Amino acid sequence: MSRNIIVCGVGGQGTILASKLISAAAMAKGIAVKSAETIGMAQRGGSVFSHIRMGDEAECPMIAAGTADILLAFEPGEAVRMLPYLKKGGLVIVSERPVMPVTAALAGSDYNGGEMLEYLQRKAGRVIVADTEKACRELGSSRIVNLLLLGIAAASGELGLTAEDIRQAVQSKVPPKFHELNFRALDYAAGLWQQECLQ
Amino acid sequence: MHKEFLMGNEAIALGALAAGVRLVAGYPGTPSTEVLETVAKNRLDETYVEWSVNEKSAMEVGAGAAYSGARTMVTMKQVGLNVAADPLMSLEYIGVKGGMVILVADDPGPISSQTEQDTRHFSRFAKLPCFDPSTVQEAYEMVQDAFEYSEKYHTPVFFRSTTRVSHGYASIEIKDRAEYKNTVPEGFIKDTKRWVIFPRLSYQAHINIEARNEELSRVFSHYEKNLLIPAAAGSRYSKKGVAVGGFSYTYVNEALAVLGQLRELKVSTPHPFPEELAVRFLQGLDEVLCIEELDPVIERELIYICGKYQLPVKILGKLSHHVKNSGENTRDSVMDNLTEFLQVQRPDSGVLEAGDLAELPELPVRPPVLCAGCPHRASFYAVKQAMKGKKTIFCGDIGCYTMGNALPLDMVDTCLCMGAGLGIAQGVGHIEPDTSCFAFVGDSTFFAAALPGVVNAVYNQAAMTLIVLDNSTTAMTGHQPHPGTGHTMMGEVVAKVSIEAVLRGIGLDFVETVNPLDLQAAVAAVKRAAVQPGVKAIIFKYPCIAVTRPQGCMTVDRAACIGCRRCIRELGCPALIIRDGHVTIDAALCTGCGLCSQVCPAEAIGRRVQA
Repeated sequence: MSRNIIVCGVGGQGTILASKLISAAAMAKGIAVKSAETIGMAQRGGSVFSHIRMGDEAECPMIAAGTADILLAFEPGEAVRMLPYLKKGGLVIVSERPVMPVTAALAGSDYNGGEMLEYLQRKAGRVIVADTEKACRELGSSRIVNLLLLGIAAASGELGLTAEDIRQAVQSKVPPKFHELNFRALDYAAGLWQQECLQ
Repeated sequence: MHKEFLMGNEAIALGALAAGVRLVAGYPGTPSTEVLETVAKNRLDETYVEWSVNEKSAMEVGAGAAYSGARTMVTMKQVGLNVAADPLMSLEYIGVKGGMVILVADDPGPISSQTEQDTRHFSRFAKLPCFDPSTVQEAYEMVQDAFEYSEKYHTPVFFRSTTRVSHGYASIEIKDRAEYKNTVPEGFIKDTKRWVIFPRLSYQAHINIEARNEELSRVFSHYEKNLLIPAAAGSRYSKKGVAVGGFSYTYVNEALAVLGQLRELKVSTPHPFPEELAVRFLQGLDEVLCIEELDPVIERELIYICGKYQLPVKILGKLSHHVKNSGENTRDSVMDNLTEFLQVQRPDSGVLEAGDLAELPELPVRPPVLCAGCPHRASFYAVKQAMKGKKTIFCGDIGCYTMGNALPLDMVDTCLCMGAGLGIAQGVGHIEPDTSCFAFVGDSTFFAAALPGVVNAVYNQAAMTLIVLDNSTTAMTGHQPHPGTGHTMMGEVVAKVSIEAVLRGIGLDFVETVNPLDLQAAVAAVKRAAVQPGVKAIIFKYPCIAVTRPQGCMTVDRAACIGCRRCIRELGCPALIIRDGHVTIDAALCTGCGLCSQVCPAEAIGRRVQA
C-alpha cells in the first residue's frame, strides 16, 4: 500500500495534528511512513502544509508535483495553492470556510473563498466541499475541522486507513478529555461522506 | 531495537543519548531547537542539559565537559554558529578528550533565518570534520558515528543538518535503553601544555590538524555512509554521473528511480572530503552533475580533484548555472535538473496541465503575522502613537517581534542579527543627533545578545531608548525557558534574573516597567522616556498568548460600529476580519487583550459576556 497525502491550511488551524494522526494510524498498521511539515515562522498565520508518504518505496518525505492521492485542505485558497501536487484523478477534501489574511482585511478585500472553490471544482474534478462551519456549530466546537476532514478521507476508502484506525490514533495521541468530541466528529464526517455519495 | 516515528531532530537527540552523551547545551533556533528539547525529555539520570544564554556560552560549557572526558553535544542553528565562532576556532587547536558533537542546523530557503550560510564551509574554515546526514534514519546512526570519530581523533566534529532532515519524520529503527552506551567521564586532568592555548602550542597543533585531516580524507573514503553507487546494468548514460549530499540525496534517488540509476557519489563527510572515493567515482565519466543545497561545496571539491588528478570530467552544478544557486531544492527542481542533464523528457502527471497555472485565481497572500492578542502589537502601537510626527528610527531584532515590520504597524526599520538593534540605534544617533533612536529587544534576546550593547551605550554616552519586549518566554522558537523565566531545562525552579535590576545595575536612571495592553499608560511612558537624555529603558511586560490564559473575547456592537475600520487599519490583528461588510471578531482567535476596544473611536468594541 502506498499513499501520498497533502494536508494544508493556515498556521494555527490544526493541520499538524491531522498529519500526526494519519502517521500514527499508519504506523499502528505496520505501514512505513515519512512526513514533512512547516515549522517555524510561517506557523504564525502563514500558509502551512504537511506532506505524508505511506509505503515502503517512499524514500523522500516530500511529495513531487502531480503525485498526491489526496489533498486535505483546511481552507479553500490553500487548497488551490497546493493543487499542483494533486495527481490526475486525485481527491480533494476542502473546508468551505475561508480564512481572511490580515493583508486582505487591510486592503478592504472581500475574499470569501468562493472563487477558489469554483476553480477547484473546475480543475480537480473530484472535490468534496465540507461545510465545516455548520459541523462545528452542531458539534459545539470550532477545533474539530481536522477530525472532520480526516473522517471524510477515511470514509472515502481512499486514505488506506479506516475511521477505526483514526479513532485508535486519537486514543493514543490526543488528551482523553477530547476523545468523545473527536469521535463524534469522525461519526459526523462519515455522515457527510454518505450524503456526498447520495448526491 | 524497536521502531518509532520520529522527527529528524528527535532522532539526532536519541542517537546522542544512545551514544552516551553526558552534557548537552545549546541556544534555541529554528530548525535546531527540538534536538535539545528531546534530550531533556528523554535524559538519563546522569545526563545534564541546559539552554545556555547564547551559543558562545553553550560552546564553552560543552568544551569544559569534553575536557573532562564527557561525551558532549552543543546545538544551534547556522547563525548561532557565528556567535559561537570565537571559542570554536580556538577549540579546534586545543581539541577534546570526550567526544564532542557540534550540531548545527542549516536552513536552505531560507525558511526561518537571516542567511543561507553553509556550515560545510565553516567546517573547512575551522578544519573540523563534518557529518552531513540525508535521512532521519541516517541522522540517528550518523550522530553515533560522529561521537566515535570525535573521541578517536580528539577533535570536536560538526554534525550538519538541514531543515528537511531536522523537521522530516520517518518511522525508524532505534536502540532500546539497555543498548545505550555507558560512558564514565575520566574527569579533568590538569595539564597546562594541553589545555592552555599559546602561540607555540597552536603552531604544533596546526601541523597535527593538517596531518589528521589528510588521514581522515583517506579514512572517510571507506566510511560506510559515503557511497559510490554504480550505474544500472546496461545504462544508456555510462558517461554521466551525479554527486549529491544532504537531503538532496532523497530527491535524487526518487528521480533516479524513474529515470534509471546513474553512477552516483553520495557525500556524507563533506570535510575532510573523501578524495580517493571521489577519484574512483570520476574515473571514466565525461560529465557530473552536482546536486546540493546552499553552497557548491561538493562541486568545488570535485573541480579541485579533477585538476589535481588531471581527470577530463566536466563538473556541472551551481557554479555552471545548471542548478539554481540559492533557495532550497525540491523534488521537482531536482527532476528538472536531472532530465535536462540527461536530455530526456520530464515524466508528467498531475491534475493541472501546464496552461492551468495561468488561470490560477489570485491566491491570498499570507505573510507571517503577530498572533491575535500578541502583547508586542500593543507595545509597537504605543511607541508609534507616542512618537507620531517625530523624527525616529526603530531598530528591531530577532524574534517574533521582527514581524512588527508588517503593515499596518510598520515599526521595524532595521533588523540584522541577535542584539544588533542596540548598536545600530547608537550608530544612527551619533550621525543624526536629532533622531530619536529606539531599539526593541525581546527578553530572551536581551540575555543572549543585548547586554554588551547596553553597557556600550551607557559608557559611550549614547542617546537612545531601549524597549524590552518581555513576554516571559522565548516565543519564536517554541517557548523555551531563559534566565528571566525562573526555571531551567533540568526542571529546577531558580531565581529569576530581573531585567529591570540588570538595567539599573548598568547605570540607567530611567527604567519603567509597563503593561503594554494599558494603551494610555504605555503611550505616556514612552513620551516620558523620549524626552529624557542618555540611555532610557521601558520594559513592556505581558506574557505571550501561548503561555497565558485568554482574557475572554471581544465583540463588536454592530449598532454602535460606525464602519470606520480604524481597528483593522491601525492594528492588523488577525482576529479582526470583515464578514458581510462588517468588522467582526473571530472568536476562535481573539484572546480578549482589549487593544482594539482602546482604539475604537465609537466605543463599539466590548468584552463578550459569557452566556
